[in-house]
Amino acid sequence: MERFQTLRSTAVPLPLENIDTDQIIPARFLKATTREGFGDNLFRDWRYNPDNSPKADFALNNPRYGGQVLVAGKNFGCGSSREHAAWALYDYGFRVVVSSYFADIFRGNALNTGLLPLQVSDETLGRLLAAIHADPALEVVVDLPSQTLAVPAWGETFSFAIDPYKKECLINGYDDIDFLVNQKSAIEAFEKQRAWAW
Amino acid sequence: MPRTLFDKIWDAHVVRSIEGGQDVLYIDRHLIHEVTSPQAFDELAARNLELFRPSQIIATADHNVPTQNQHLPIEEPLSRSQVDKLTENCQKYGIELYGLGHQRQGIVHVIGPELGLTQPGLTMVCGDSHTSTHGAFGAVAFGIGTSQVAQVMASQCLLLSRPKRMRISVEGELQPGVTAKDIILYVIAQLGTGGATGHFVEYAGSAIRALSMEGRMTICNMSIEMGARGGLIAPDDTTFAYVEGRPFAPQGEAWDAALGYWQTLYTEEGATFDTEYTYAAADIAPMITYGTNPGMGIPITGHVPSEVPATEAESFDKSLKYMGLQRGESLLGKQIDYVFIGSCTNSRIEDLRTVAAYVQGKQKAGHVEAIIVPGSKQVEQQAIAEGIDKVLAAAGFELREPSCSACLAMNEDKIPAGKYCVATSNRNFEGRQGPGSRTLLASPLVAAITAVQGRIVDITEYLN
Repeated sequence: MERFQTLRSTAVPLPLENIDTDQIIPARFLKATTREGFGDNLFRDWRYNPDNSPKADFALNNPRYGGQVLVAGKNFGCGSSREHAAWALYDYGFRVVVSSYFADIFRGNALNTGLLPLQVSDETLGRLLAAIHADPALEVVVDLPSQTLAVPAWGETFSFAIDPYKKECLINGYDDIDFLVNQKSAIEAFEKQRAWAW
Repeated sequence: MPRTLFDKIWDAHVVRSIEGGQDVLYIDRHLIHEVTSPQAFDELAARNLELFRPSQIIATADHNVPTQNQHLPIEEPLSRSQVDKLTENCQKYGIELYGLGHQRQGIVHVIGPELGLTQPGLTMVCGDSHTSTHGAFGAVAFGIGTSQVAQVMASQCLLLSRPKRMRISVEGELQPGVTAKDIILYVIAQLGTGGATGHFVEYAGSAIRALSMEGRMTICNMSIEMGARGGLIAPDDTTFAYVEGRPFAPQGEAWDAALGYWQTLYTEEGATFDTEYTYAAADIAPMITYGTNPGMGIPITGHVPSEVPATEAESFDKSLKYMGLQRGESLLGKQIDYVFIGSCTNSRIEDLRTVAAYVQGKQKAGHVEAIIVPGSKQVEQQAIAEGIDKVLAAAGFELREPSCSACLAMNEDKIPAGKYCVATSNRNFEGRQGPGSRTLLASPLVAAITAVQGRIVDITEYLN
C-alpha cells in the first residue's frame, strides 16, 4: 500500500446522497481477477451513455472540475462490499473522499487501499460542495499527521477523526496482513483454548 | 455487568486488543466465492504467505455463473476464467469447493445454513455484504472486502473495532399477507439506508421469535441495507431443531456440549444498547420499494412521498426520474414486465413453496416474464421432489439453476433498460439488475401475485 501524508488539490463535487458501490463500479465489471484497471469504469453508467459516449453533465466529464479529492453526499459507499469500488476510485486518481459519513465496509476497504475516507460535518460538506461548484479552482489541503482538512481560501481548518492504528498504517504504507501474520503465536494459543468449537 | 448476545460472541473471539481500540478477532468460518477471492489469493502468493487454516474455508461458485446449462462449460470467457481461477486456487490451497455441478453448490448464504456450517456462537465472514444472513442463527457474521479476505486467509483473524449495539424489536402478530420480507423492508424504510451505520443489530420481539429460520435469514440478510455491520437473532429451539442432523452440525456428545453453550447465547436482562427501536407487527403492511435504495419502501397500497427534506431533494428526484415515477404517485395498477424470485434474501424452499402454493392452477400474465432461481442445488432438488417444478412450469414460470443471477446481473440474467421488475432480492440500486433496469423489491408472495396479475395490486385482496 502506498503511503499517504499530505495532499493539496482541487476537488470534484458529487452532491448526491447514498452513492452505492454498484454506481461506483457496476457488477458487470467485477469479472477481472486482478486489481488493476477499474478506474476506466469508475461511475460507468453515470459517466457514459449506453453507446459509450461521455455524459457531458456528469462531474467527472466536466472540464471545470479535477483533482485527487472527491467530495460526495452522505452515506458514501453503501451497498455491496466490493473492494473494487475503492480500487476504482484509487485507480482513477482519487486519494481522498470527503463525505459527512461513510458506509462501514467501504470505509474499511478504502483504508486498506490507501484511499483516505475523510468525514466532515453535514454543514462543512454542504459548504464545500457549494464552494467547489462556485469556484472549481478552490483548493483543499489534507494533512493526515495533524488530522486536518484546510481550505486556505476560507482561512479555515477542520479536524477529522481516524482510528490511530489505521492512521499509522496509512502514513507508513503498512497494512493489516503484516500485523496479523506477526500475531501467529497468540492466535495459535487462542485456538487451543477454543478447540471444541469446530 | 449484563451483556448483549453480540458482546458475548465478540468477547469469546478476541485474541487480543491493541492500543487505539482495535481487537484481533478470531474468525471461525470463512466462506469464499469466485468474485471477491482471486485478488486475495494473489496477495498471499505475492507475499509468499501460507494459507493459515484451509479447513476453515468453504468455497462455492455463485455470483458469476449462468442459470441455464450449468453442465456445459460457461460460455462467457471472462466468467469462465473467473470460475476456473477459483477451482485452481482451491486445488492449490486445499480448500473444499462446491463448484458448478456439485450437489452442494449454491448461493453462499443459502448453502452455509443448509449444510450446518452456520451455527450459533460462531464468527463468520465472506467477501459479500449479505453475510449477515448467518446472524439468523445467533452467529456474528458480516461482509468484508478483498483485503480482509486475504487477512483471514493469512491469519484466520481480522483487526476490527467493536461496532455499536442496536436492538430492533417487533412485537405482536403479523397481518395476513405480511411476511419476514415485509418486516425488514418496513424497518429499513423507517431507519433509512444509512440508519444503522456503525451498529450491529439484534432483532428481537415476539414477531421475530415466531418466524421460521428461513424468515429469520431474510431479516438478517438485509441488515446491510440500512448500513448495519450485521444483524443477529438469539438462538432458540427453532434454531437448534434446524441445525440438528445437518452435515456439518456437531454429533453425539459434541452436539450436547454445543447445545449447552448455545443456550447461554442471549442478551441478559439489563444489558444496554446504544440505540433501540420497537415496532408493532400490526402496523406492517405488505411492502414494496419505489426508488433506488432499499430504504425507499412503502406499503403496496401507499403513495410515493410528496415531500422530502430540501437537502435530499436532488437525490430523491434523480431516483424518481430513473424509476419513471412521480412524487405522490400510487403504484397500484402499474404494469410490470418481469418478476424475479431468487437471491440470498428469498430463494429458499419456503419461498418456492409460497410461490407454488399461490400460482397452483393459475397462469402468469402474458406480458410478464417470470424467473425463479433456487438458492442451491439442494433447494432445486427439494422443489423437484415436492413437484413444485411442475406447478411452476404449468403456471408459466421458468425454474432455473442456482446462482445469484438477476440480483446483481453479473451473468446473462439481466432486466432490459426501462423495464420494471418486481424482485425478491435485496437491492434496487440504479442498474443493479442490468443497465437502466427498474427494480421494485418485495416479498415472494407479492412477487407471485404480481406475476399472475401483471401489475401492482393490493395483494390482500388476492390471497388464496
